[in-house]
Amino acid sequence: MKTLLTLFATFFKIGAFTFGGGYAMIPLIQREVSEKRKWITDDDIFEIIAIAESTPGPIAINSATFVGYKVAGFWGSFFSTLGVVLPSFVIIIAISFVLAEFESLKAVQYAFNGIRAGVLALVVKAWWSMYKKCPKNVFSYILAAASFVVAAFLGVNVLLVVVGCAVAGLTYSLIAARRADK
Amino acid sequence: MIFLDLFLTFFKIGAFTFGGGYAMLPLIQADVLAKGWMANEKIINFIAVSESTPGPFAINMSTYVGMEMGSSYFGVLGGLFGAFCATLGVVLPSFIIILLVARAYAKFKTNKIVNGCMNGLKPAVIGLIATAVVSIGKTVFIPNGLSVDVLKSVGFYMSLVTFALMLVLTFEKKHPILIICLSAAIGIAAGYGFGM
Repeated sequence: MKTLLTLFATFFKIGAFTFGGGYAMIPLIQREVSEKRKWITDDDIFEIIAIAESTPGPIAINSATFVGYKVAGFWGSFFSTLGVVLPSFVIIIAISFVLAEFESLKAVQYAFNGIRAGVLALVVKAWWSMYKKCPKNVFSYILAAASFVVAAFLGVNVLLVVVGCAVAGLTYSLIAARRADK
Repeated sequence: MIFLDLFLTFFKIGAFTFGGGYAMLPLIQADVLAKGWMANEKIINFIAVSESTPGPFAINMSTYVGMEMGSSYFGVLGGLFGAFCATLGVVLPSFIIILLVARAYAKFKTNKIVNGCMNGLKPAVIGLIATAVVSIGKTVFIPNGLSVDVLKSVGFYMSLVTFALMLVLTFEKKHPILIICLSAAIGIAAGYGFGM
């Protein structure tokens, strides 16, 4: 019981103090979970990142569920995940009242006119960071370009693009593996 | 039924987003825009809010959309329940999949099928975030569509200058909250200065 509470409290703290989410959360997880609590090792952290990247969903949820499970099984993952989600949930509900209240003010609308241009810059930066992590070969370039064109200009469903690319990637690796065998 | 719809939509988004964070953006845009739940402008505004508040983007976004949609039908209580349904939806796929994977993660990591799919999913994320960039770019620079009037609008030049400046700052590794505050200041100055 005490372990479950500590897991909840630790991930609550991680959820409450990470701005931007995702990878920003990794150093905090490392400090709280591996250095302070010694629940997992630094090597495990790399495992978690690798697994989070190859499973769907937000990295924060993936890591909380994974660490919780390693420490205390199902209920461990339940309380860790609840802990990491709760701060955002409460804060955003509070903020949605504030937004609804202030959204109609002229100054706020002006501010958001500027902010949207700033957000565009942030998303371009995020795109660049993802690009740097992507394998650099002709196959990935073609696939990236193709998903961009069909999703942005041909209106193809995004889920279809995701599934199609997974199948294409799998086919490509199987063919590459067969060639390597010969 | 709006609550079931919220849950299922965000469950689907959670189940098909690889890479976390902004990789979720094109999926959210596709569904939330298609269902008419929210305008693109409002989604982009909320990205800024999400960057300036703690917690993962996915949770922030699902809670916000759930709250807005629920309360537009059933008031504050509906909003709270809507937020709950959407957030539960986005969390559940990760939670279930990690529980399954955690038992045998050594096997999972070296699994040929998983690695093969990832070879395709990484480029897909690049292409899809580029799609989000185009869609945000349209809302930022040409909110009323493409025409010669665009070149006469003060808003267009304000956005162009802000975007260029913030792009430099973000690549200089300045914090996103600073980027948002500066963009807001430019927006307010331009708004009152040019009476946009």
